[in-house]
Amino acid sequence: MPSSYARRKFTDVFVRSACVVAAVLALIPLISVLYYVTSRGIGGINLAFFTELPKPVGESGGGMANALLGTLKLVFLACVFGIPPGVLAGVYVAEFGDSRFGKCVRFSADVMSGVPSITVGIFVYSLIVLQTKHFSAYAGGIALAVLMLPTVTRTTEELLKLVPESLREAALGLGLPKWRVTLRVMLRTAAPGIATGVMLAVARVAGETAPLLFTAFSNPFWSSGFGEPTASLPVSIYNYAVSPYEEWHRQAWAAALVLLLLVLLLNVSARLLVRSRVGAR
Amino acid sequence: MSVSHDLSPLIRPRSRILTRFGREVNWGDFVFRRLTALLAALVIAALAAMAAAMVHGSAESLRQFGLGFVSSQVWDPVRNVYGALPFIFGTIASSLLALCFAVPISLGVAIFLSELAPAWLRGPVGFLVELLAAVPSVVYGLWGIFALAPWLRNTVEPLLGRTLGFLPFFQGPQHGFGMLAGGIVLAIMITPTISSVSREVLRAVPSALREGALGLGATPWEAVRVAVLPYARSGLVGAIILGLGRALGETMAITMVIGNRSEISASLFAPSYTMASVIANEFSEATGSLYLSALAEVGLLLFVVTVLLNIVARLLVWRVGRLPEGGSL
Repeated sequence: MPSSYARRKFTDVFVRSACVVAAVLALIPLISVLYYVTSRGIGGINLAFFTELPKPVGESGGGMANALLGTLKLVFLACVFGIPPGVLAGVYVAEFGDSRFGKCVRFSADVMSGVPSITVGIFVYSLIVLQTKHFSAYAGGIALAVLMLPTVTRTTEELLKLVPESLREAALGLGLPKWRVTLRVMLRTAAPGIATGVMLAVARVAGETAPLLFTAFSNPFWSSGFGEPTASLPVSIYNYAVSPYEEWHRQAWAAALVLLLLVLLLNVSARLLVRSRVGAR
Repeated sequence: MSVSHDLSPLIRPRSRILTRFGREVNWGDFVFRRLTALLAALVIAALAAMAAAMVHGSAESLRQFGLGFVSSQVWDPVRNVYGALPFIFGTIASSLLALCFAVPISLGVAIFLSELAPAWLRGPVGFLVELLAAVPSVVYGLWGIFALAPWLRNTVEPLLGRTLGFLPFFQGPQHGFGMLAGGIVLAIMITPTISSVSREVLRAVPSALREGALGLGATPWEAVRVAVLPYARSGLVGAIILGLGRALGETMAITMVIGNRSEISASLFAPSYTMASVIANEFSEATGSLYLSALAEVGLLLFVVTVLLNIVARLLVWRVGRLPEGGSL
């Protein structure tokens, strides 16, 4: 070796410290975001925030109850339209997916998970909003479901593949038909892991803004049912943040705090769920 | 025991049907397989429908402007003339800038977490880096407007202007909002993507390679450099391309900090505009079919580019898992 031991040792220590620095640098924004959202948002959190409609510009007070409910509605629709097809598609890919068709599905799911969310917005706009001629919670929920679909499919597949084959063989040996083995044995064994993946996907779409801008749109009032333009926390945060009004900025921070708590809660509990069942992954 | 093992009560003849080839199949299996196949086809159909909707939506603009769409700088809804060059420039420049910040940091994080960190630190730090990905885009945008941009305007940009102001990149008025802010926000958002995929790639490297290098007397870093990185190279490139794909399509955070002015400037302080931002800002207010069509074409360009990047990246990441032991690239 041409380089002396001391120099090699020095390079080693240097690169290792650089990696530590990188890790610290990566975490600074997280800490800063958490700090800002908490310190600025906490002041705007009160009962009115959760129970009242937004007040017009110039009047102080008011809340974002409609946006909160709207986000819950949209996430509910996304789950209804996104989870069952995603899980069953994942089952297909895991159980029968060695064919060319299965590979194609897997590949499409991978590619789809990289498609920008704003283009999903355009897609659902032309698919639903243009046909029904108005913005609606349905359109928003479907846009979010499209975003969830590939994640749910791939997670289900990955986790089904982790279930030991001996379980399947044992169940088949007892005379159960294949489909019941898949549903009652394989899927049930993989369920906690799949639930984790699904919760992470839900957490992700709950914070999505771009696909809602021209599907669910926004609404300063309550929206009844699923057929009307619907306010949501992320879109409200955006609209308030880019507005010139001090009062709205405060509301935006409070909404960001609520949204962040919601998303982080989903994330953390999803991870704890998997840790408690299968051990650290 | 003399009990006969008669299984016939368990076999219900009604539940069986014949396939084309005369083989007996349980009807439940038959239905189940076709049902799941149908939903699997839905995934492909959704992707295909997305492509079709984009092409259909942008047909008018494609016909009207042809290739000139990507080379024209004029975006004028009043005169109904549209060219996307400033947006394409803004998207590419901000994404490349983000890669400049994010690649060294993410690879550092990945190497730290998979090779160098003590075991007790890996879990918590990995978790925190993934939380970075969990923060919604719009929250980063809010933070960008009220925390990052003022900091850039008051501290970073004056400093850069004083010290490196002779370069064209650091000239002009310092707003805080602009290319630099956009690049930083994007970098923060793609760091978890690049580092978690890289970490998976590094994990797929056979540990025999590492142990071999260490056994020959390499320091930990030398083991990584000589044995691990060459093996993982294509996967790491794939991870970076995945990050690039995310940066190109990222919408809300960058819309809120990049300034949204469609001009092409070398300065990082200058405001810019990205493809995703122009769609987000103008799509729901666009009047006239050509205007909508032009915005849809911007979406189509974004779609095509990100799909291609994703395909390339997936192929590269897959390769690492399938390399022969110690195989060269």
